[in-house]
Amino acid sequence: MIHIRKVYKSFGEVNALSEVSLDIQDGELFVLIGPDGAGKTTLFRMLVTLLVPDYGSIEVNGLDVVENFRQLRTKMGYMPGTFSLYPDLTVEENLEFYASIFGTTIRKNYDLIRDIYKHIEPFKKRPAGKLSGGMKQKLALSCALIHRPEVLVLDEPTTGVDAASRKEFWIMLKKIQQEGMTIIASTAYMDEAVRGDRSGFLHQGKLLMADTPGKIREEYPYPMYSCRSENNYALLQAIRAESSTATALLFGKTIHYSPVKEDFPVEELMSGLEATGKYGRITCEKTKPELEDSFSYLSKGIERSETQSGMTE
Amino acid sequence: MSVDRQNSVAGSDPVVQVRNLTKRFGHFTAVNNLSFEIAKGEIFGLLGANGAGKTTLIKMLCGLSRPTAGMANVAGYNLITQPEMIKRRIGYMSQKFSLYEDLTVQENIRFFGGIYGLSKREAIDAGNIMIGRLGLEKMKNRLIGSLPLGWKQKIAFSVAILHHPGLIFLDEPTSGVDPVTRRQFWEMILETAGRGYTIIVTTHYMDEAEYCNRVAVMVEGNIAALDSPENLQRHYHVANMEDLFWKLTREINGSVTKSIQP
Amino acid sequence: MRRFLAFAKKEFRHIMRDPRTLLILFGIPVIQIIIFGYVVTNEIKHVPIVIIDRSHDETTRLITDRILASPYFETVTNTNTGKNIHQWFKKGNVRLTVVFDRQFGKKLIKSGVAQVQVIADGSDPNAARLMVGYLSGILAQAQQEINKQYGMVNPVGIESRMEFNPELKGAFMFVPGTIALIMMLISAMMTSISIAREKEMGTMEAMLVSPLHPLQIVLGKVVPYVAIAFLDAVIILALGQVIFGVPVKGNLVLLLGEVILYIILSLSLGIMISTMSPTQMVAMFISLFVLMMPTILLSGFIFPIENMPEALQWLSLVMPPRWFIIIIKAIMLKGAGLMFVWKETLVLIAMTFAFLLISIKRFTIRLE
Repeated sequence: MIHIRKVYKSFGEVNALSEVSLDIQDGELFVLIGPDGAGKTTLFRMLVTLLVPDYGSIEVNGLDVVENFRQLRTKMGYMPGTFSLYPDLTVEENLEFYASIFGTTIRKNYDLIRDIYKHIEPFKKRPAGKLSGGMKQKLALSCALIHRPEVLVLDEPTTGVDAASRKEFWIMLKKIQQEGMTIIASTAYMDEAVRGDRSGFLHQGKLLMADTPGKIREEYPYPMYSCRSENNYALLQAIRAESSTATALLFGKTIHYSPVKEDFPVEELMSGLEATGKYGRITCEKTKPELEDSFSYLSKGIERSETQSGMTE
Repeated sequence: MSVDRQNSVAGSDPVVQVRNLTKRFGHFTAVNNLSFEIAKGEIFGLLGANGAGKTTLIKMLCGLSRPTAGMANVAGYNLITQPEMIKRRIGYMSQKFSLYEDLTVQENIRFFGGIYGLSKREAIDAGNIMIGRLGLEKMKNRLIGSLPLGWKQKIAFSVAILHHPGLIFLDEPTSGVDPVTRRQFWEMILETAGRGYTIIVTTHYMDEAEYCNRVAVMVEGNIAALDSPENLQRHYHVANMEDLFWKLTREINGSVTKSIQP
Repeated sequence: MRRFLAFAKKEFRHIMRDPRTLLILFGIPVIQIIIFGYVVTNEIKHVPIVIIDRSHDETTRLITDRILASPYFETVTNTNTGKNIHQWFKKGNVRLTVVFDRQFGKKLIKSGVAQVQVIADGSDPNAARLMVGYLSGILAQAQQEINKQYGMVNPVGIESRMEFNPELKGAFMFVPGTIALIMMLISAMMTSISIAREKEMGTMEAMLVSPLHPLQIVLGKVVPYVAIAFLDAVIILALGQVIFGVPVKGNLVLLLGEVILYIILSLSLGIMISTMSPTQMVAMFISLFVLMMPTILLSGFIFPIENMPEALQWLSLVMPPRWFIIIIKAIMLKGAGLMFVWKETLVLIAMTFAFLLISIKRFTIRLE
């Protein structure tokens, strides 16, 4: 169990985290999502005993991250955002080194990393600096796992890695999870929010939501339509200009459009717009919100409640 | 196959015409014998993993790097014989926005305007129009370094098209940018394309591919597929671009062993 | 212990795989000692001089012979007019002129007093002073010979001898100074940079999260550099002896012991710097401006401490190399034992403890 209780942290004037509370169950795969600068790294560094909260407390498997930091350090696996590999050491030497500083050997825990390590084992004599992003990521994960930690903390493990390797990575995490490990990973990719059992959305230092992806989508307060036209950009502006519109976001070739009211006559509005001839044919169908719609709604909520941010100044 | 059908564009003269373009570094072939065309007003996406050859291709098309073989016509000029002319006719923005953090918004605009060959008067006018369009009046005297990332990115983009280049190259413009800001940036790209600009953009965010009119998926220096996102998904029987990318890099072009090459 | 060894092994690998680091560790000491020994020498040899002899007698000839017999001077011309001296000086063809007046010999024998005029190129004051000094010595000796020849009483003759460095060789000064400089460079700068590099790469984060004790991390980082710095000291001593004939008159064990003490002192300084620097750049700048410049300028390595303004003399008291240079000069050149250098040694020990204490205090178990 990870208990995070009303944690605050600031660096000088900047409030990195305010009143973050979160429980993570044993064996859970939890995904923390949020834009750059939301406070994900700060929260993770506190989890792995590298930072001390200003207020509040964090317990990992019954151990306090401040009081019992030394015991905790043997039980946690941590993959920092920078991958923390030595570029001039070979693949094998990196792994060997991390094994030895945790007082173990590669052989002892090889079964745990086999599935991941076998991808890079053919290149074990190659310096880590000469690996591709995906390979580095697999090596860094192997290094973080080599001492068989109880809790695995991964700070943006998929950043700078290509889409296919990213997908592979989450498949690997699922496998590791089956070993009974508790995993908490952060990401800036919205599409990865659905990869965990639960996702938390961190925005400007506040945890806005932590639930299963399904639950998060259910809590979206407006109806959702997916609209297409031949001039989406112009249509988007037109929809946004309507006072009845809650939000309208562009998702590739479709517009995710939410009127404020459930019973708003969307067809009427669209046929009116279509009649102007500016947008070609417009089609709209009712749909379910994506996670990103929910996050966008939640983050706008917080921006609304604050008077003015840098963006609207 | 759709790849062949969609390599050339019908109608008006293409803005970019690439014939057998190749770039080798020693024994390594970064870009392998590519041929395609891009029409005016198109948003053309280049997708691929790091090292697939996207940046090398863009650098060649901008006239920054000489091809090993092949030829191309960019913005009406020959890539081999007139690279300097091409540089004047295009806009370029890379993942590291090239603005000076310690200069103000306005100073940056004037400086880059000068670099792109605008007269002082033209630079000031173009800058004022841009400031007006972006709603930057209150911020024009602030240092770039003090602005939020989203603004920096928009300003960098606007500065790159200050001289009305007609053809814009964006090399991973949204790398490391949060989703909200990315979406705003893409709205800006769509708006610019709507004004007749042709845009070539590389990205490793698969969801961004869906904003493009056509995308080329690059795998190990080759174009593995080229078509509109809708056609590609239909052709390969996948639900989204991410699955398409998976299919092209892990199942079709590369077996598992191939995929794990570092 | 196993963890510590693993750490030290990793550190050795970093060093061995980086050509630049290797160059700094092994190339620079050798290059520096040779440069200081040969190029930046303050000895003078083969100074071009002009002798203007308006007397042309036995005595002037004898003196001229003595001057030219020394390795310090060689004549450009021997003339009897001083017409073009100025031109020669300007062109740099001539750096010293000796003028014997008319009837020099006669005057000398008759009255015991005669004038020799010496004109030196003062654009390099140090060299000028040395040249005139050498020349005076030769003249004094020649005078004694002449006096003996003519059965005259010798006025007070000065017979000077330079104890510990009879030939006033520059290498005697530069070898100890270079050891002080190189030890500081390798120990302080290289360790602070290598710790800062781990911070930059994020590996320090992973290290801190491990069960490694901070002390193990620091020791693991530092031990390879102790070994290499020590090896360098031995190389410099050997080169000094073989190439420049700089002796080690005192006890070699004592000398090497002092070297190790100084290495540890420099390392503790390096660790202290690393606790203050988030990046390699910062570590480099602090090392260069806080350590290297003062080592070169304020330690008495190049500029004599006695000639400094009082404020700088006080400042030089806190410069570890100042004390170290005193110690190794005493041991190497004078053959002094611990009896003679214990005070300076104590200063170094005290400094080491102070720096170690500060750096252990500052080396955190966390990121803040």
